[in-house]
Amino acid sequence: MSLVEVSNISKSYGALAVLKDVSFAVERGEVVVLIGRSGSGKSTALRCLNGLEEIQAGTIKVGDYKVSDQGTDLRRLRQDVGIVFQHYNLFPHLSVERNITLALTVVKRMPLVEAKQVAARVLEQVGLSDKVNAYPEQLSGGQQQRVAIARSLAMSPKVMLFDEVTSALDPELKEEVLKVVENLAEQGMTMILVTHEMSFARQVADKVIFMHAGRVHESGPPEQLFGSPQTPELQQFVSTRVS
Amino acid sequence: MIREFTILEIRLLLEATTWTVLLSLIAFAGGGLVGAIVTLMRISRQAVIRRIAQVYILLFQGTPLLMQLFLVYFGLALYGYSVHPMVAAAIALTCYSSAFFAEIWRGTIETIPRPQWEGSASLGLTRSEQLRYVIIPQSIRLALPPTVGFAVQIIKNTSVTSLIGFTELTRSGQLINNVTFEPFLVFGCVAAIYFALCFPLSALSRYLERKLHVPR
Ligand SMILES: Nc1ncnc2c1ncn2[C@@H]1O[C@H](COP(=O)(O)OP(=O)(O)OP(=O)(O)O)[C@@H](O)[C@H]1O
Ligand SMILES: [Mg+2]
Repeated sequence: MSLVEVSNISKSYGALAVLKDVSFAVERGEVVVLIGRSGSGKSTALRCLNGLEEIQAGTIKVGDYKVSDQGTDLRRLRQDVGIVFQHYNLFPHLSVERNITLALTVVKRMPLVEAKQVAARVLEQVGLSDKVNAYPEQLSGGQQQRVAIARSLAMSPKVMLFDEVTSALDPELKEEVLKVVENLAEQGMTMILVTHEMSFARQVADKVIFMHAGRVHESGPPEQLFGSPQTPELQQFVSTRVS
Repeated sequence: MIREFTILEIRLLLEATTWTVLLSLIAFAGGGLVGAIVTLMRISRQAVIRRIAQVYILLFQGTPLLMQLFLVYFGLALYGYSVHPMVAAAIALTCYSSAFFAEIWRGTIETIPRPQWEGSASLGLTRSEQLRYVIIPQSIRLALPPTVGFAVQIIKNTSVTSLIGFTELTRSGQLINNVTFEPFLVFGCVAAIYFALCFPLSALSRYLERKLHVPR
């Protein structure tokens, strides 16, 4: 059984249909990359996966937990599904350590001492052990994004979602963040990423999904999608973005 | 008999000032407490509760404080509840300032960007936990300058209680003027005392605004 199963989901904002009958599956330990033009529904797909957006049809299963149910237990779902956003969304009034321990103590009811140990461990994983007492505004964009990844990682999610986590960063800062994501992939973390970094997508992805106009237009292993795109839309997308 | 305006009269004014200060403190504390509740109601996810809070705010912001005071004082008396001027003043001032506080605080809560809600939601925090740990702590910073600024309005507005016979600073000035016939001197002193109370608060509000980098 796949860890994540998205079956025939549809989502619209009012009259605007953003996701149309989208289905895909993610196996445990797999890295799936979503690509597609701006507005094709990539972010929306991720946001549906952890209940930030409601879906109008279809089902999403994460582990043995079904998202589509009325009265979904979002608190439980979100402990299994971590998400990292383009703009980090760190809490500016809290230290790096507290950014990480907050949900551990409040949501997971972990004793603070233990939560601090977890914070230390995940910060080491993203190479920011020395920033434990810093505040977000004292960090570079790349460092803030790594803290955001650490914060999500601390909750020990079953799957992590990354929405263009390097888009807001200067080129020289992208690398350090991509490195962290790559390490996570190597450690077997199940991940779904939206990215415009095509060479990175090619390198980490086990499977690539090309979204177009709210649908899964084409999907498969990266060599296949980038090497021999079948549809004209993907051919055009690939030719303008992959050198 | 005409009395002279002496140090004794100034002492009377200063004594009356303690009432003005006390009333202001009651209004600030009572209004703050009720205002906090109304703020939470105003941002509730239940439309009915939001609506009730909205009507409350409209009502108390949209009518003169004096009318609210008369309603409590004379209105209740009509039904056989004679309320002490102090109690009437406390009730009216609490209602009045709570409506303003609620409106100020709702505004600051709403300026917290949506990503803060989403970031905390995606970590599994419930709505009340989001408010408590993420949203309200950030709003307080923004709310501090206008809240302190509104305290100035409260102090000045306590003067309306003179009209139900409460001998605070303004009424004490009137009484003294009635026997001294020195309006410039008496009301000049009264104004100076109000200014001495209000100016430090205005200055503090402006200072906080600068210090906390709160845009106007
Ligand atoms: N809250 C919203 N209300 C209304 N429409 C929305 C909302 N969020 C997104 N949309 C619309 O949904 C469509 C898909 O948006 P989405 O953000 O999922 O695209 P995307 O593939 O992530 O694009 P990008 O690469 O620019 O991030 C777009 O047409 C967008 O305008
Ligand atoms: Mg997007």
